[in-house]
Amino acid sequence: MTEVRSNATRIWLLHAAVIVLLLAGNFLLPEYHRGMFSRALVLATYAMGYNLLFGYTGLLSLGHAMFFAAGMYGAGLPVYHLGWDVPLVFATGIAAAGLLSLAVGVLALRTTGVAFMIVTMMFAQIFFLATLYFTTWTRGEEGLVLQPTTRAIEFAGNTISLSDPSTRYLVALTLFAIVLLVSLRLVKSSFGRTLVAIRENEERVRMLGYNVFATKLLAVVFSGLVCGAAGAAYGLLFGYVGSGFASSQYSILALLYVLLGGAATTLGPLVGTLFMFYVIDYTSGLTSAYLLLVGVVLIILILFFPKGLLGTIREKWLPWLP
Amino acid sequence: MSGKLNSSFLTGNALSRRDALKGIGAAAAMTTAPGFVRYAQSQPSTPIRIGFQAHRTGIGAAYGRWYERTTAAAVKLINDGGGINGRPVEIITEDDGTDAARGAEVVEKFANQHHVDIVYGTLFSHVVVGSAPAAGELKIPYYVVSEGYHVASGQMNRWVLQPGITDVRAQCHAVAPWISQNVGKKVTMIYPDYAFGHDHRDFFAPAIEAQGGEVIAKIAIPPTETTFTRYLPQIPPQTDVIYHVMVGPAVLTFVKELGEFYGGGGPKLFGFIDSLEAVDLRSPGLEFLEGSHFWEGMARYRQTDASEHEIAYRDTVGLDDNGASVNDKRDVSTAGHMFGCWETLHVIKQAMEAADYKGPEDRARLVEATEAISELPESLAHPQGDKIFDGKVHQVFGRQNISLVENGTLKVVHRTSIEDGRYESDTDYTTQPL
Repeated sequence: MTEVRSNATRIWLLHAAVIVLLLAGNFLLPEYHRGMFSRALVLATYAMGYNLLFGYTGLLSLGHAMFFAAGMYGAGLPVYHLGWDVPLVFATGIAAAGLLSLAVGVLALRTTGVAFMIVTMMFAQIFFLATLYFTTWTRGEEGLVLQPTTRAIEFAGNTISLSDPSTRYLVALTLFAIVLLVSLRLVKSSFGRTLVAIRENEERVRMLGYNVFATKLLAVVFSGLVCGAAGAAYGLLFGYVGSGFASSQYSILALLYVLLGGAATTLGPLVGTLFMFYVIDYTSGLTSAYLLLVGVVLIILILFFPKGLLGTIREKWLPWLP
Repeated sequence: MSGKLNSSFLTGNALSRRDALKGIGAAAAMTTAPGFVRYAQSQPSTPIRIGFQAHRTGIGAAYGRWYERTTAAAVKLINDGGGINGRPVEIITEDDGTDAARGAEVVEKFANQHHVDIVYGTLFSHVVVGSAPAAGELKIPYYVVSEGYHVASGQMNRWVLQPGITDVRAQCHAVAPWISQNVGKKVTMIYPDYAFGHDHRDFFAPAIEAQGGEVIAKIAIPPTETTFTRYLPQIPPQTDVIYHVMVGPAVLTFVKELGEFYGGGGPKLFGFIDSLEAVDLRSPGLEFLEGSHFWEGMARYRQTDASEHEIAYRDTVGLDDNGASVNDKRDVSTAGHMFGCWETLHVIKQAMEAADYKGPEDRARLVEATEAISELPESLAHPQGDKIFDGKVHQVFGRQNISLVENGTLKVVHRTSIEDGRYESDTDYTTQPL
């Protein structure tokens, strides 16, 4: 009992320390790296959303870019075409991703395994092509610029500009921290344990009387909401909305971030995202054939950390790591 | 230890021969270090650092390879001629992966890590549009060589300029009169079903109507298609000319299937060289293009009447008579677009000299100096031809080439006037604060 309590304290302290360290980064990081971290934090949030479904529930989706992009377009289009305020469009972005994930979940969860992968990939492809098709509103692959004046929040007589580097970092960190702590709470809750149980043995969970479909659907929707929040934040913080974010590349990136950091670890998505950001950034400065180097690094990583960085660390040294 | 140090300090003569040799050695090593040289020299010879956002990987890699070569050739010419304001130009290249998100990161990297003076380069519209907000927020001039209408459309910001290549709207405008008068008035458009194709659809249709022609069918091809046979029967039989702007890996299949569909007859063809940049016109399947016409920004094949400037440009970049690399005739260039790099770098030189550019504190003046440019006469700096830069819309206007495919090569048969490509625009970036 004491050990359990001690582990819980450790876990909360670890997560709090990570957030505090990231907060310090706003003041200590050189300008370029602060910008990189801003982007990485938003994409790590996206990966956390993906992790809930893939890591904890065991559902491998190849179409999560549609949820990220739904959030991005759900927020970006009202800003661009209707001039709506930032808080409102952030909500519409999340709502768009939530509705889409509900619809996709209801249909895709009729399948399992490889079929689920294919169905989610196909839905994502439909979404991607729709963003190209409706060029009049989306400007397709070229995308839309959200001007800085439309990315400001009026608060208590002050204007908070999301194009300010420090504000951007803090907003990205706030989103990341909220999703991280909610995820931590969630995976430790009975709902989270049910998700893990489904991942381990779906039939047994069903036999125990749980409504597996409803639980999985809830996981898809929650995952979609988080990914949508990340997509909305990305568009609003960095001022660009384009169909490239709905492409299969971004679905694969989420999977890659989670696998590298460690599936079903709360901090793994952050580790994986930062790792990929900096491997690409560093190796691209060494050679034009940097993708080869990235491939070699990934192979080495998989050889020595088969369960991702934090997944393997948890398995070998820190079993209490959530 | 400390006593010895104190003694040395006080007496001032305790420097041993070994210490002296060490010091001299260290000093010699420092002076040979690249970083030291940079700062030890006088300010005027400190390089002007230009961040070059290049498509080294991704779908734009073929363009990127030639954009890099053209950039290197232009920079060598500029440096051999004394540089800019007496300072050499240094290019720092970063790969944008032909990806919008990475493009924006690269702009930030140039500004905040490499500390370049300006950012330049890149072709694909989504990379430009994705990077523009970063350039505007960082207040760093961003000179693009993209041919997209995004700059003149007004959706960028005051820090984004396109002074070296015309945009797609101007190109559509410019070729419409010639098509109407020489090829036919009833046009069927075949284009990719995304923004690039939609721009052609939206700009060419009114342009040809203004010439008394009409677009009788618009056939949009989804980007996922790898075969086109089911679309070809949609081409109306009364079509005089098929206007095609397909791009990407499937373009060879498209041309081949179009040729097989008509079996040597059928309507005339007018295309944009974008479809076949870096592709050998003698590739199997492209023989169907014989007798058709293409828009070219600049001629790929050396023309008999090429100007001395054009010849000098081709020689400096390393193009053979067929528009391929002088080192490898299979390495076909992107000649229709890459001249924009050359010309943009010369505009940058002109503007920096006009602004007496000294460093990042003069970036705003540099933008204003660029906006103040109007006429760009044909010269070695502008071998594609004379141009007019509109400082309000940050876009250059120039002549377009219309070329005939003849014996597997392209022969320029018409050069439009600059006015052919001009259009009205409400955009005025100069009203935005710097």
